[in-house]
Amino acid sequence: MPALNTSPKSAANRSIPSEALVEMLRSMRRIRAIEERIESEYSKDEMKTPVHLYIGQEAVGVGVSANLRKDDYVFTGHRSHGHYLAKGGDLKAMMAELYCRETGCSGGRGGSMHLIDKSVGMLGSSAIVGGSVSIAVGTALASQRLGQGRVAVAYFGDAALEEGGVFESINAAVLWNLPVLFVCENNLYSVHSHLEARQTTIELAPKVKGFGLPSVKVDGSDLFDVYEKSKAAVERARAGDGPSFLECQTYRWRAHSGAGDAGAAKYRKAGEHEEWMKRCPIGDLEKKLIADGDLAPKAIAEMDAEISREIDEAFAFAKQSPFPKNEDLGKHVFFEPEAK
Amino acid sequence: MPWSKVLVETVAPDYDQHEGQDVRKLSYGEALKEAVEQAMAVDPRVYVMGQGVDDAGGSFGSTLDLHKKFGPKRSFDTPLSENALTGVAIGSAMAGMRPIYVHNRPDFFFMAMDQVANHAAKWNYMFAGKTNVPLVMRATTGRGWGSAAQHSQTVHGVFMNIPGLRIVMPATAYDAKGLLLSSIADGNPVLFLEHRWLYKTKGHVPEAMYRVPFGKARVHRHGDDVTIVAVSQMVVEALRAADELKKEGISAEIVDPRTLNPLDEATILESLKKTGRLVICDTGHRTGGFTAEIGALAAEKGLSYLKKPIRRVASPDVPTPAGFTLEAAFFRDSKHIIAAVKEIL
Repeated sequence: MPALNTSPKSAANRSIPSEALVEMLRSMRRIRAIEERIESEYSKDEMKTPVHLYIGQEAVGVGVSANLRKDDYVFTGHRSHGHYLAKGGDLKAMMAELYCRETGCSGGRGGSMHLIDKSVGMLGSSAIVGGSVSIAVGTALASQRLGQGRVAVAYFGDAALEEGGVFESINAAVLWNLPVLFVCENNLYSVHSHLEARQTTIELAPKVKGFGLPSVKVDGSDLFDVYEKSKAAVERARAGDGPSFLECQTYRWRAHSGAGDAGAAKYRKAGEHEEWMKRCPIGDLEKKLIADGDLAPKAIAEMDAEISREIDEAFAFAKQSPFPKNEDLGKHVFFEPEAK
Repeated sequence: MPWSKVLVETVAPDYDQHEGQDVRKLSYGEALKEAVEQAMAVDPRVYVMGQGVDDAGGSFGSTLDLHKKFGPKRSFDTPLSENALTGVAIGSAMAGMRPIYVHNRPDFFFMAMDQVANHAAKWNYMFAGKTNVPLVMRATTGRGWGSAAQHSQTVHGVFMNIPGLRIVMPATAYDAKGLLLSSIADGNPVLFLEHRWLYKTKGHVPEAMYRVPFGKARVHRHGDDVTIVAVSQMVVEALRAADELKKEGISAEIVDPRTLNPLDEATILESLKKTGRLVICDTGHRTGGFTAEIGALAAEKGLSYLKKPIRRVASPDVPTPAGFTLEAAFFRDSKHIIAAVKEIL
């Protein structure tokens, strides 16, 4: 296990207003609740698309997004739900996509790994590991050349640092001083393969430093750490000072794909999962907000009830939505101006 | 959006219609440069990148000095990184720009295969048309000079098997300019495949901007005895072959599809209906490529027209050798086309 910041939360520094903290807690609880509902519904076999749950990693997407403008770009990979929701992606359209319906954000053509909501800067996600990183850099190039001041975030996992294109992307972004955040979520596993079987070190930030950009280790279970370090990186990018790399050390609580993690004992190290579960990003923040008097326990129950209602509505919307028409199978292979 | 003002041609002049006439002529390379330059002038979103686009050679002259005219933000050198740089071009295209990514050789597309095949080609479909990728990827096929197996490939056959890619292969200066302007305007990922041997060929090129439409073949020669379908530099070989055949009283019709995706099936089948004989000529390999696809088209939709079996003139299924004696044995030219025609007369 990587050395984590075990000391009091790095943001004993209370520069974050309590309303913002409560909102981030709400966003994390919402993502967790949505993922858990997906998990409980998944066995019904009505969602016929692979799902990759974000449970355990919520602080990363939420902490980064809290520093972004609505029009900032976010690109992600197969584990995309959390990034999409944290950026403000439409929940109904996401659920309809998971049920492969016409009303889905990708018209039932993408499934869980291909989420899009252009209204919040998400132009699509890629299921090829590391595949959308260079595309994110391209949106940053456009932002720079068009003078838009938009920042691009590329989320990817530890295994993406085994793909050459990601290193090519980092080199280009540094060379051209582009407004990019490379956010690596190091959750230690690629499907069933531990990072130790794939790279010579499980500390990834140092190996990226040599490209000439700030490359920092982040406690991905600590919302404050994610928030503060991504804030600095966003400000740097927005100011025209170039890209940053954040290695957010976190842990995938569930299987690579699907519900639960039935085969966990066959590939996880003994005791590792339990250790990480003690460091729940949501539970830790919640305890702190209550202890500091920023949040009443009953406010959490109200928050959850509201989230639950929203989820009910989204699932109902998805299940009631029509499937795409078979005669439209060939639609959208090519861009047609009238479709825009 | 100025592209709507760039008219699509209605009548395409024949390949050598203007021979000996006093009309404006440009070389294929000059025509390409004029297209890029005019596109950059009317649309600030258009930019050019690629290794050496701003060097003294300027991509065989086709991007020469554009960085001086439009500045280094709009025509610039890149790290070699073909894979990531294709992604960068894709991302910038999604975000509203009109990139033209120039490769010296099509062989380098294989370095970028993930971005071309998994991303550019599929994005519009995966997201139900919500994010399109208006990206032009240019490359110049070589031939000869001992360039060997990794600098002489043609790649269009591979890409024909990937839905979502436009494939454009101009054979004349006129088409080079008009098709490049169409490619920049198209809104889809376009593989724009040039041929080095065509760079010096000259033809009539109007100065005004014009577009040659996709999916519309050009009939370079009209004839009755045999249909020769040819692309890129093989069009020139076919014209040479037709001249020779004419001396023997054989009348060949030459059809140049100009774009392989979309493909003008109607013009090919119409010609086949007239002649009943088909020779298909490609700069690429024989198996699974352009000649195979046109052969399948004839078998599927034009079998009743065929008086004789089809013939294919394509590179053999071996990597390109370097040595000039083996090269001569490898590459196909007008002699092979003449022989193929005579086999089925």
